[in-house]
Amino acid sequence: MFSKLLIANRGEIACRVIRTARDLGIRTVAVFSDADAAAMHVALADEAVHIGPAPAAESYLDQEAILAAAERTGAVAIHPGYGFLSENAEFAEACAARGITFVGPPPDAMRAMGAKDAAKRLMEAAHVPVVPGYHGEAQDPDLLAREAERIGYPVLIKAVAGGGGRGMRRVDDADEFQTALAAAQREAQAAFGDDRVLVERYLAKPRHIEIQIFADSHGNAVHLFERDCTIQRRHQKVIEEAPAPGMPPAMRERMGAAAVRAAKAVNYVGAGTVEFIADAEGGLSEDGFFFIEMNTRLQVEHPVTEMITGLDLVAWQLRVAAGDPLPLPQEALTIDGHALEARLYAENPAGGKFLPSTGLLRQLRLPAADAGHVRVDTGVRPGDTVSMFYDPMIAKLIVHGADRDQARYRLRSALEAVRVAGPVTNAGFLRAIADHPAFAAADLDTGFIDRHLAALLPEDGVVAEETVLAIAATGILCARRAEAARQADASGDPYSPWHSVTAWRLNGAGRETLYFAFRGAVCGIEVIHAADGMRLILPSEDEGCDIPVSGTLEGGELVAEIDGQRFNAGFDLHAGQITVMLAGDAFVIDLHDPMQAAEFEDGSAGDVSAPMPGKLVSVRVGKGDKVRKGDPLAVLEAMKMEHTLIAPADGIIATIHFAEGDQVEEGVTVIAFEDAE
Amino acid sequence: MAVLATAVNRRSDAFKDNAAHMAELVAQLRADVATASLGGSQKSRERHVARGKLLPRERIEKLIDPGSPFLEFSQLAAWNMYDEPIHASGILTGIGRVSGQECVIVCNDATIKGGTYYPITVKKHLRAQEVAMENHLPCIYLVDSGGANLPNQAEIFPDRNHFGQIFYNQANMSAMGIPQIAAVMGSCTAGGAYVPAMSDESIIVRQQGTIFLGGPPLVKAATGEVVSAEELGGADVHARTSGVSDHYAMDDAHALGIVRRIVAHLNRPKRTALAVQPSRAPLYDPAELGGVIPLKAGVQYDVREVIARLVDGSEFDEFKKLYGTTLVTGFAHIHGYPVGILANNGILFSESALKGAHFIELCAQRNIPLLFLQNISGFMVGAKYEAGGIAKDGAKLVTAVATAAVPKFTVVIGGSYGAGNYGMCGRAYRPRFLFMWPNARISVMGGEQAASVLATVRRDGLEEQGESWPAEEEEAFKAPIRAQYDAEGHPYYATARLWDDGIIAPEDTRMVLGLSLSAAQNAPLQDTKFGVFRM
Repeated sequence: MFSKLLIANRGEIACRVIRTARDLGIRTVAVFSDADAAAMHVALADEAVHIGPAPAAESYLDQEAILAAAERTGAVAIHPGYGFLSENAEFAEACAARGITFVGPPPDAMRAMGAKDAAKRLMEAAHVPVVPGYHGEAQDPDLLAREAERIGYPVLIKAVAGGGGRGMRRVDDADEFQTALAAAQREAQAAFGDDRVLVERYLAKPRHIEIQIFADSHGNAVHLFERDCTIQRRHQKVIEEAPAPGMPPAMRERMGAAAVRAAKAVNYVGAGTVEFIADAEGGLSEDGFFFIEMNTRLQVEHPVTEMITGLDLVAWQLRVAAGDPLPLPQEALTIDGHALEARLYAENPAGGKFLPSTGLLRQLRLPAADAGHVRVDTGVRPGDTVSMFYDPMIAKLIVHGADRDQARYRLRSALEAVRVAGPVTNAGFLRAIADHPAFAAADLDTGFIDRHLAALLPEDGVVAEETVLAIAATGILCARRAEAARQADASGDPYSPWHSVTAWRLNGAGRETLYFAFRGAVCGIEVIHAADGMRLILPSEDEGCDIPVSGTLEGGELVAEIDGQRFNAGFDLHAGQITVMLAGDAFVIDLHDPMQAAEFEDGSAGDVSAPMPGKLVSVRVGKGDKVRKGDPLAVLEAMKMEHTLIAPADGIIATIHFAEGDQVEEGVTVIAFEDAE
Repeated sequence: MAVLATAVNRRSDAFKDNAAHMAELVAQLRADVATASLGGSQKSRERHVARGKLLPRERIEKLIDPGSPFLEFSQLAAWNMYDEPIHASGILTGIGRVSGQECVIVCNDATIKGGTYYPITVKKHLRAQEVAMENHLPCIYLVDSGGANLPNQAEIFPDRNHFGQIFYNQANMSAMGIPQIAAVMGSCTAGGAYVPAMSDESIIVRQQGTIFLGGPPLVKAATGEVVSAEELGGADVHARTSGVSDHYAMDDAHALGIVRRIVAHLNRPKRTALAVQPSRAPLYDPAELGGVIPLKAGVQYDVREVIARLVDGSEFDEFKKLYGTTLVTGFAHIHGYPVGILANNGILFSESALKGAHFIELCAQRNIPLLFLQNISGFMVGAKYEAGGIAKDGAKLVTAVATAAVPKFTVVIGGSYGAGNYGMCGRAYRPRFLFMWPNARISVMGGEQAASVLATVRRDGLEEQGESWPAEEEEAFKAPIRAQYDAEGHPYYATARLWDDGIIAPEDTRMVLGLSLSAAQNAPLQDTKFGVFRM
């Protein structure tokens, strides 16, 4: 086994590899860019080497810097993780040339699978099923029709130059073929200036099912069953699971055998994934799966396989790379229960846009790992920053259950326990998928998210808006208590009742209104500080309809009791902004402070006069000009100093009383504004 | 420390009757305070709000730190004093926390007679300044007043304790390093114009605040000049041209925000010089105090039952427990602050007076604040006691009370009669704060005694002239005297005239004292120099 391993990656996968390496007694070397100097993977590793600036091209993709780091630290092997250099054959070769073991397949195998069309032909030769289709140069309509007949209806006509659905037609039977072909060609010509098309089998209900394979350098290869990665958004996997729901054992066997054949066809060594597309229309069937491509690396979603097999795939990778035979033969591999993985991203699902949401993780609490049930793979800690330079993944939540429903419930609980303040996350969206009836029924296909998007991003959220506001108000009052206690401790009069925050009033109950800006509206919650506790009047309620509330806030965890119902929520208050983290959702509410609202105004709509006697050296505006507050209007020279006269408010210039070069007296109006409407 | 035991039976009928009676008094008090707290008439308040102004209480709520306490003074000032209600005398005063510092807030209520000053308004304003001066608390004036109430000018203008003293106090407090801050949120006319002008820093609200020595009508009468209030003394004039105001606020809320910012920059760290400890609740619930106080005034009970419900952990270490037993003296803590307590447990005798004087000497020596719990019908009378020198012993107590320079706090928990009022640190003896319970009574002597004394004098006169005085005539003579004493001895009569700083419920006493003790810590310690004790 290796004495020292360099991990040429960052984030959760670097952390995950370091853990296994440490288990195996291997010393670890992390590499890091400027942006990652304080990152978790650097802290976890035994040693770390700085390899360049934040952009990946200048650090994590800089082969020479990484190889130099390995040499400098005496690392004898490099684990590339996924992404970055993991499927780079040149890098694998460079490692070999420098006498460093690359933990991954041989460069030739990477190249063979890297060229997608060639890989497909290679697979066909190895009797691995590919999507039936016609990709030929000849475009004679009758030839195309015959090919369609051979492929079997329904078929899809696609523009060779295609993209975005243009030049694409689904054809259900032969009668419609010529009409559809003509339309597709016209569209293709118009859109791409190229009317060539290809014809493929149309998959009515496509599912993405992939097989994890492992091969060693002694000619052994096994598969570790399948993973179902059908829940995707724009070809990005969102939730993965194993085994695939509804998978017939015979199909699993055939797919596994096909994947092993695929690996052997390229003399594969190490961990790989053979991706297939399956047509689930009418249920999965053993002749209904087709090769798409092979990923010659460890996959992001490998933990679901680990959860059902009880194996450590990184440990296998390291053993195989060290020249050991595979630890187990095929017959020793079994599936135990069901596993699900959800990818927690710093991205904002609002409006279905899923925009990256970077920034400081002011609060980050992930569900507690629970051996055998819940596993959390992460590469960030509270106080870290999700930067724009890398993938904005926060964590992978992996759960295991005796069956799919149990796993699904555990996933739901895990997602509800997510507390992130700062960047917006997709936790609520993931929870909505886990909860969706179609997902529960395993009614899956790759169009799942697009089809159900409205239900997965409910406008009103799962919790009533007023409940969220009540929780926010309770959180504010608890936070105030904590802040008062802190100030009391720091003061010279620490036990003073003046530090109390129950709004004590003589001969009456204290009342106050908290103003919140939430979802585009400002609303007030009235707080009554009664002798027996706090009560709230919610925005939709009238005087007299108050509800009792109480709460405790510790380490960002708020336990709020709202009118007798208890809520566990994360609570963050930062720079006038509240984040309530509840059931996977993060509600961002602004505290509205009327005292701050006017802070930056000084009320002048008015004219500009000379603050001192001087000479007007320049006038920068003319009559009728529209100016904004703060705009420079003119320059006055006095006492050998230039003074810029600035617009005291937004407005329109009415008159300029002086010209450049004029001497002006102190206090006289230089520029007059039009009266505001 | 010694923990007080209680002999009170919470299930006894007497306890329940007492508690019910006190609950009734407190409920009435709170209802009356709620009425007074409304300020002016609804119409007047609506007009005020329609101008874009915050109501006075809203101003205070937005000024003080969110959730912090507000110790309001004299909520029932001017109660039943004038033909029409001048609630709270048209001015709100109290101590509130602004940017972490206890400040005295003085806030005009323009919804009542335009915020003009009645005689009692002046008294309340001056009392608030006195609190500020004695406790070194920054003053924040939220000005919205038409100045002197002209029909009452003779009672407010020229005397020592009249309007002029407001500005005298501002100047002298500023000289003492006690910050003076004014926010002009409405009219600020004539003499009133000196409030912002005499302040260290001032704010004016655009299109609301005006400051001028003479308003437009007076200007027109004097010089014939026609000028609008805004042109004469609005925010733009004072913030841009005259320099009378230092800060220009867009609205009330903005002005209050600026005040908070100013206070945040005052650089006045507070350090208590007392050996404080964490606050602990009493062992016995202060809510039981009502049940402890006998329904009928003049029935003696053990005042330790009251102390047990006020002090931390009900812990009270008595001094001279076995001597002069009608005055209870001892050391305790309230909200963690050490206090020396003097509480009446009967009529004052020579021994109790001597004990009290001795105890005050101890507290002054040790810089321990003094708390007086007054329930006193007076010093013992009679030949034996006069001959025993009760006058000189009483004088020793009064001397000690008058000259002790530690902070003193007085709560009238029962009767406050005659020289007992003096010996137990009545208003004239400058306690930092003086509060009354709703069951309290205060007068030079009881109504019955006064009627009897006057009747005796009259009877002696009639009998000297050989006339007789039938019993029914004597009763007819006494009844109005009793009625007058009852009315004038009532705490509402007292509080309306600012003989105290407010009426408080027994169960609130602990909090009120805690806030008061803490506020007093803002002032530096003073050395006591006692006067000559007549030996």
